[in-house]
Amino acid sequence: MTPEPSPISRQPSASQDAHINVRNLTMAYGSFVLMRDLTFTVNRGDVFVIMGGSGCGKSTLLRHLIGLNEPAKGEIWYGSENFTAAEPEQRQRMLQRFGVLYQSGALWSSMTLAENIGLPLGEYTTLSPGEIRKVASLKLALVGLKGFEDFYPSQISGGMQKRAGLARAMALDPEVLFFDEPSAGLDPISSKLLDDLILELRESLGATIVVVTHELASIFTIATNSVFLDVETRTMTDLGPPKELLHSGSAGVRRFLSRGEGNGAK
Amino acid sequence: MQKPAFVAAGLSFARSGDGVLLVRLAGPWRLSVTLPSFSTAERQISEAKPCRLSFDATQLGDWDSGLLTFLTDLVDFCTAQGIEVERSGLPTGVQRLLALATAVPERSGARQASVMPSWLARIGGAFLGARQPVLDMVGFIGQATIAFGRLARGRARFRRSDLLLLIQQAGADALGIVTLISFLVGTILAFVGAVQLQQFGAAIYVADLVGIAMVREMGAMMTAIVIAGRTGAAYAAQLGSMKVNQEIDALTTMGISPLEFLVLPRMLALCLMMPLLCLYADFVGILGGGAVGVGMLHLAPLVYYNQTAAAVHLGDLVGGVFKASVYGVLIALSGCLRGTQCGDSSSAVGDAATAAVVTGIVFVISACGVFSVVFYVLGI
Repeated sequence: MTPEPSPISRQPSASQDAHINVRNLTMAYGSFVLMRDLTFTVNRGDVFVIMGGSGCGKSTLLRHLIGLNEPAKGEIWYGSENFTAAEPEQRQRMLQRFGVLYQSGALWSSMTLAENIGLPLGEYTTLSPGEIRKVASLKLALVGLKGFEDFYPSQISGGMQKRAGLARAMALDPEVLFFDEPSAGLDPISSKLLDDLILELRESLGATIVVVTHELASIFTIATNSVFLDVETRTMTDLGPPKELLHSGSAGVRRFLSRGEGNGAK
Repeated sequence: MQKPAFVAAGLSFARSGDGVLLVRLAGPWRLSVTLPSFSTAERQISEAKPCRLSFDATQLGDWDSGLLTFLTDLVDFCTAQGIEVERSGLPTGVQRLLALATAVPERSGARQASVMPSWLARIGGAFLGARQPVLDMVGFIGQATIAFGRLARGRARFRRSDLLLLIQQAGADALGIVTLISFLVGTILAFVGAVQLQQFGAAIYVADLVGIAMVREMGAMMTAIVIAGRTGAAYAAQLGSMKVNQEIDALTTMGISPLEFLVLPRMLALCLMMPLLCLYADFVGILGGGAVGVGMLHLAPLVYYNQTAAAVHLGDLVGGVFKASVYGVLIALSGCLRGTQCGDSSSAVGDAATAAVVTGIVFVISACGVFSVVFYVLGI
């Protein structure tokens, strides 16, 4: 490992304390209420999956969690800090502990991969340009993109862009990693590799991971806990590990998890 | 196919006992042939008032979506009237597709009500709707001002290399088009003036006309319009596509202000480059006027030069260059504003670029009018 000031040796996932606390969240676009009364807790070290049918507001919930949308009602807490009511400076500080992988990768297209990863490091650490470059190379190597430092995002494939986006999300060794549809647009093998990578990261970094997905294979492989958003009732109907929900959840979530075949019986 | 050679789709109704209406379908039911209108069926059913509807499709030829749209309308109509529809007489393919089409009930509220509000309501709506863009613009200007404040205190964060690249794109790369436009504007002004002034034997005053017009107004104005169409649109398209691609979200969640990182260097680049481009345009425009003066009016180059030098004062030049830098800020502001307001689709990027050019030119012309009044009052 290269010399790096960030606290990579955080507490592993053993402790079961609350990390993200969503209280009575209502999401709305103008007067159109998308979801109401969302209340759940994500424990430290969890891989928490947000599930639901298309258009139910999974990605919007993620946008609320990372502060891109403001709640119509309710609060979001990280540890003992109120994210929703935070002052701009405090929120900025909290944002630095997040890493986000966007659906499309969202790499800055005018910068090389190394520059993409180096930008947050340059902003928030006192590393020299040489050291930043080294850290960027390390992060790229972690996602299997060694040697692609000087490529532009448009020069690599979609799967590679996604992995590079993950490398950027990990740049500051975040405490929470958010994934928006990580396997969208990937072939089954790439998406399996990405799942493995997510699990690996959780083990090694001890990070809390929040994933938005409707990919059943991923859900069962990676999730330790999950919430199901029901598009009909416009609220969450189920909370718990997907493997349990498959048998004991509401009709909606059982139908979702079994692809509509039967009543949850495998 | 062992079907009778019907050329048009056939539809007939036969009433049988105990309130059953038999619908006979015959011939090809394709979108490419004329299909019976649904209203005839509606009328028949309303007259017959059956309690059940069944089908006879033995004479039915080829069918496609033409048949399906007719049948879904029919099923909807019958369900609304409380008439039972017996589908077993239809071909199995049609039955399956119908089942598929009616499997998911229509989501309430999904269909937009297309009721035209009264003209009074529309005027009111337009008035209320006009408030938000103004508020957005004022908010954006405020944020940009704060960003400039941070820049002045040396705390703004953007990449110096970005700024240099933007300066090159806005400045050096625009020289060609600015040269062409301002040279032509200079010659046009000279032509228009020459025709009139020659009648009085005052052709030499073409130099005054071109010099003063270029330096005071046209140099800054023409540069601004070229740059609004070139750089302003480019800024809107760049920021717009970054928005579509979630790159701006990525900056925000990194805790980096997109305003400082993207908007500030663009405004700075145009603010720095516009005065230089304007000076250059002034010079080339006078050169264009000189070409007409020397070539058409047969004035000696030195005479033309002396006449221009005597006519144009330093105040005119400073005023023109000052205007240009204000235009630069306005163009960058409208380009970046429209770019950050861009929607989430790829056509929204085009709309943003168009809106940026329109807004930019409106701003520039309005500012020009304000400047004219202010300069007149101040006696510049």
